Amino acid sequence: MAAASAPRDVTSYGIGLALPLALFFLVFFVAPLVQLFVLSLHNDTAGTLWGIGQYVHFLTDPFSLGVLGSTLLLGAEVTALSLVLGFPIAWLYHRVGSRAQTLIILIVLLPLLTSVVVRTFAWIVILGRQGIINATLQSIGVIDTPLRLLYTQFGVVIALAQVQMPLMTLPLITALGRIDMNLEDASCSLGAGSWRTFWKVVLPLSLPGIIAGCTLTYAASITAFITQSLVGGGQMLFMPMYLYQQASTLQNWPFASAISIIFLLAVLAVVTVFNMLGRLSRGYGGA
Amino acid sequence: MSGRRRTWEAVSFELVMTAIALIALVIIIAPSLVVIIVSFTSGFSLRFPPPGYSTRWYVELWNAWQLHFAARNSFVVALWSTGLSIVLGVAAALAIARSPTLATRLLDSLFMSPLVLPALAFGLSALMLFSLVGMPVSLLTLVIGHTVVCVPYVVRNTVAALAQLEPTLLESSAALGASRSYTFRRIVLPLIRPGVIAGAFIAFMSSFDNVPVSLFLRDAATDMLPIRMWQDLEGKLDVTIAALSGVLIIATVALIAIMERVTGLSKRLTS
Repeated sequence: MAAASAPRDVTSYGIGLALPLALFFLVFFVAPLVQLFVLSLHNDTAGTLWGIGQYVHFLTDPFSLGVLGSTLLLGAEVTALSLVLGFPIAWLYHRVGSRAQTLIILIVLLPLLTSVVVRTFAWIVILGRQGIINATLQSIGVIDTPLRLLYTQFGVVIALAQVQMPLMTLPLITALGRIDMNLEDASCSLGAGSWRTFWKVVLPLSLPGIIAGCTLTYAASITAFITQSLVGGGQMLFMPMYLYQQASTLQNWPFASAISIIFLLAVLAVVTVFNMLGRLSRGYGGA
Repeated sequence: MSGRRRTWEAVSFELVMTAIALIALVIIIAPSLVVIIVSFTSGFSLRFPPPGYSTRWYVELWNAWQLHFAARNSFVVALWSTGLSIVLGVAAALAIARSPTLATRLLDSLFMSPLVLPALAFGLSALMLFSLVGMPVSLLTLVIGHTVVCVPYVVRNTVAALAQLEPTLLESSAALGASRSYTFRRIVLPLIRPGVIAGAFIAFMSSFDNVPVSLFLRDAATDMLPIRMWQDLEGKLDVTIAALSGVLIIATVALIAIMERVTGLSKRLTS
């Protein structure tokens, strides 16, 4: 948001300029979502009988609830792994020269801008039976038969963490850049060791960035349809694929709509919680 | 950093952080390298390391007309969606940047919401809308759907560029007698251009790569590249896809390098 409060008439433009995009969104974004909601309130596939049957079905069906639960859990695991791997990158970024900084950013950006199918495909090559991990372990004699890495929860989590890492790392780099280096020096010169300084000073002050990164990573990883389905395979079912199967293969649009709405609400709930934490942390960090 | 007392405690901290950071960077970069190496295999499988090297899969790719067709569709849709996103997004950004009222804040949240809401749900709902009004899926419906999910990038980057604009520049331009449109063309536009280009670039890439919206809004006549690749991979692990991935990775690296020169992309995304 603009910080300056200069005379309005010169430096700002009329709100009318937002009208075309607002109308476009109203017709092609808001209206479809409203229609989705309306259709989800129908009990039959044809969409003629009103009722909350689809929601009752989802919320009383252990299978559906299991899919929702495993999707939310997957997001948490991916977010945690991305944070553990992404934070040190952001830390390193602020301790190297400007050439190395550009290199780090470009390495981090590469997956963000590479096709998601390509990124996922790479993990199939790495995790597969004849893939790089199994080939290496077999050649040095650690294992005899190939490990099962593809089509496992572990595989999906690590692939998603790599695919979504930029979303975590970029806000962290920004947040760490805003921390006053003197605070770290002060903490160290007052006798706190590096680890203590990290846990007590650096980490709390970077909370806004951590929360921003976690929000983006979480929201992206639970909806990452391609990576989930290709690395997870047929056995693991998450919300996006469940939605797609119901809508496309089974043509059960009202139930697919209800799945969409429940999924939307779950994402919104998570984002709202993260936002609230973010507001709290800004008050706490004061940065 | 205080380099005076380099105790074991300080060294252990830096070692651990640096080690994790390097491992993480390797994890980020390795998959792309592996794909490029495997794409030059002489064999029929995705074995790593490859039994031998050849360019046969690139020759195969040259003849894969289905992929060419899908790539052309994806390119056309990405181009139109990006154009539409620039027109709608820059205008909207001008309206909402620099005037922090409730209305502009609400509009900002609305325009950003496609970034967090599950795109698959939006894709399904858009398909329902188009079928309700009797619009068959076509390149047009794809362009509309892609614009909704790509325009946030243009809005966000343009708003960021506008926020950094010195208000005094606009005021002095007005004080010297320049009209608003003249000031816009000669002062505002040149200064925000890198931001707009950066946003448009990300919008283009995300449209070209979009799966969740295309999944519902395309059919056989409007096949899109990421979907074609995904379906090929679900069926069999085709080495042609590795060659195509190699081409896409090289193209992406080249585009990032160009954008870094033109717009300072790396600084833009971390400030």
